[in-house]
Amino acid sequence: MKLHPIAYPLIGLALILLFNAFFTPGFYALELRDGRLYGSLIDVLNRATPVLLLSIGMTLVIATKGVDLSVGAVMAIAGAVAALLVTDKVSFLSVSHSVLLVVLIALVVATFAGVFNGVLVGKVGIQPIVATLILMVAGRGVAQLLTGGQNVTFNNPALERLGTGSAFGLPMPFVIFIVVFVLIAVFVRKTALGLFIEATGSNAEAARLAGVASDKMKVAVYAVSGLVAGIAGVIACADIRAADANNAGLYMELDAILAVAVGGTSLSGGRFSLLGSVVGAVLMQALTTTILTRGVSPHATLVAKALIIVAVILLQSPEFRASFARRKHDPARA
Amino acid sequence: MTLRAPRLHLPVLATLAVLVVLYVAASIRFENFATLRVFMNFLGDNAFLGIVAIGMTYVIITGGIDLSVGAVIGCTTICTAVLIQGQQYHPVAAFAVVIAAGTLLGATQGWLIQRFNLQPFLVTLAGLFLCRGLGLWISSESVQAKHATFQTLEKIRIPVSDGVWLPFTEIVFITVLLVGAYVLRHTRFGRTVYAIGGDEQSAHLMGLPVARTKIGVYALSGFCASLGGVVLVMYTSAGNAINGTGLELDAIAAVVIGGTLLTGGYGSVFGTFFGLLIFAVMQSAITFEGTLSSWWAKIVTGVLLLAFILMQRMLQRSR
Repeated sequence: MKLHPIAYPLIGLALILLFNAFFTPGFYALELRDGRLYGSLIDVLNRATPVLLLSIGMTLVIATKGVDLSVGAVMAIAGAVAALLVTDKVSFLSVSHSVLLVVLIALVVATFAGVFNGVLVGKVGIQPIVATLILMVAGRGVAQLLTGGQNVTFNNPALERLGTGSAFGLPMPFVIFIVVFVLIAVFVRKTALGLFIEATGSNAEAARLAGVASDKMKVAVYAVSGLVAGIAGVIACADIRAADANNAGLYMELDAILAVAVGGTSLSGGRFSLLGSVVGAVLMQALTTTILTRGVSPHATLVAKALIIVAVILLQSPEFRASFARRKHDPARA
Repeated sequence: MTLRAPRLHLPVLATLAVLVVLYVAASIRFENFATLRVFMNFLGDNAFLGIVAIGMTYVIITGGIDLSVGAVIGCTTICTAVLIQGQQYHPVAAFAVVIAAGTLLGATQGWLIQRFNLQPFLVTLAGLFLCRGLGLWISSESVQAKHATFQTLEKIRIPVSDGVWLPFTEIVFITVLLVGAYVLRHTRFGRTVYAIGGDEQSAHLMGLPVARTKIGVYALSGFCASLGGVVLVMYTSAGNAINGTGLELDAIAAVVIGGTLLTGGYGSVFGTFFGLLIFAVMQSAITFEGTLSSWWAKIVTGVLLLAFILMQRMLQRSR
């Protein structure tokens, strides 16, 4: 039986939802208050948003046979920049009157961080894990340097709306994610870009000989990864009305990689599925929420994640499938 | 060979040069920096990191990476403390149990990586989640570990000069350093580690025990990480599941700054030792300065990492 790759995370998600239908009272309850929906399902989507955003960029990066470990640190930097600008703590740049400018500048900084990664990987030829490790280590240091190690709190209703507001009855962060997702998905799937990205990941050298500028593709996907990390960082700081350089986005790079893997994109590059990563991210958040509502120690989610990573990469491994198939078809060896 | 040797040694020489420059600059800037006591503190404060970095050196020379070490340290310290304090284990028995468990975990990771050709960073990422989760599950608060044996162990120390001693934890570190350097250079296992990093397929065709050695290096890294955890328990007399958060990055940084190629095949344990000392000098200098904040250490580490990786890249291209 050969299922479509996205079927596996969908089945997983369905199982979790089914479990909650029986064992978690009120899981499906939705309530409309002040033009906004409330309920466990909405909560899952809202909490999944930062990882959902990161996983868009991470999917493209992984499709080129790369990985971006710096997204958590970039989130912290973007949050710090936004918080400093909106509180007018930057002496030479007074833009607190325009939240749009504040957000734009934060996103430009985050995109620049992504381009830095992309140049190291695409132009200089450093392995992705190592290249992005540099910014993962130094980036959080930069964010702490910007904020002076303190939480920078602010009081700006317009910026806060990005984190806590709502639109169309849904939480604002989730709506922002939908917009970003549709834009990027259309951009890579309705143009040849997606194909170029897959070609780069399958065989960068062959792609180059076929006329695909694989080094530029790499710079581009890391830039997108930086940009979406910036959006996630701004939302995260708007949500708590503060920039927390120490904890913003901590370990989120791992959650994003996990969402992509669970979503069925091969971690060795090539074919990718943006929608799969979305299902993967929602699945992981649904699992986390379920574990928490059952009153199990929150630390159990870490153990669950570990087991899921191992299971997913084993299922993706040709060697594992081969040893499994042999045992099934050849009773003499079993 | 004589032509290639200086170029091959360039990364380690660069590491030494950076170390000397940093040390001399700090000694001129601060009074009392260039004292034996401060130097001994470099070793003492970083003994556990150093032990972990030596295991990491082996893994990176095979072309792999181990992200689980920081979490293994955290899990080890909390398990040790709980075994001694809660379960009334004798410390030596507790040490043996946690080191055996750490080694087994490392070997399991190595087996998964080798047998199913999985990416090391993903498998060890799972190890990171597993250990952090288990450790926090056991106890999310710090647990004290007090036992008479700790005082006995503290008495084991080597006099270096007037009033300056080499304490037990540092003796452990230096032993691991010397044994690690010897095994890597002069045993069949060590030579196979280099061969795998140079070209795994060739190593296999040469009839070297590739599978066993690959599993071995991850087991060694697990051993070093759990030993590092034990040393940390002895140093702080407590266990905490969040110990060693982000330590994997510091260990990788020490290895890379120490001149080991991240693509595998080239590196040395002593290089890692120098990398660790750069780390230690930097941190002490920041403490001595007083006004500088701890995040500068992260930024300087990042800049050093970048510089050394770019240098490695240029050396590889010109070869």
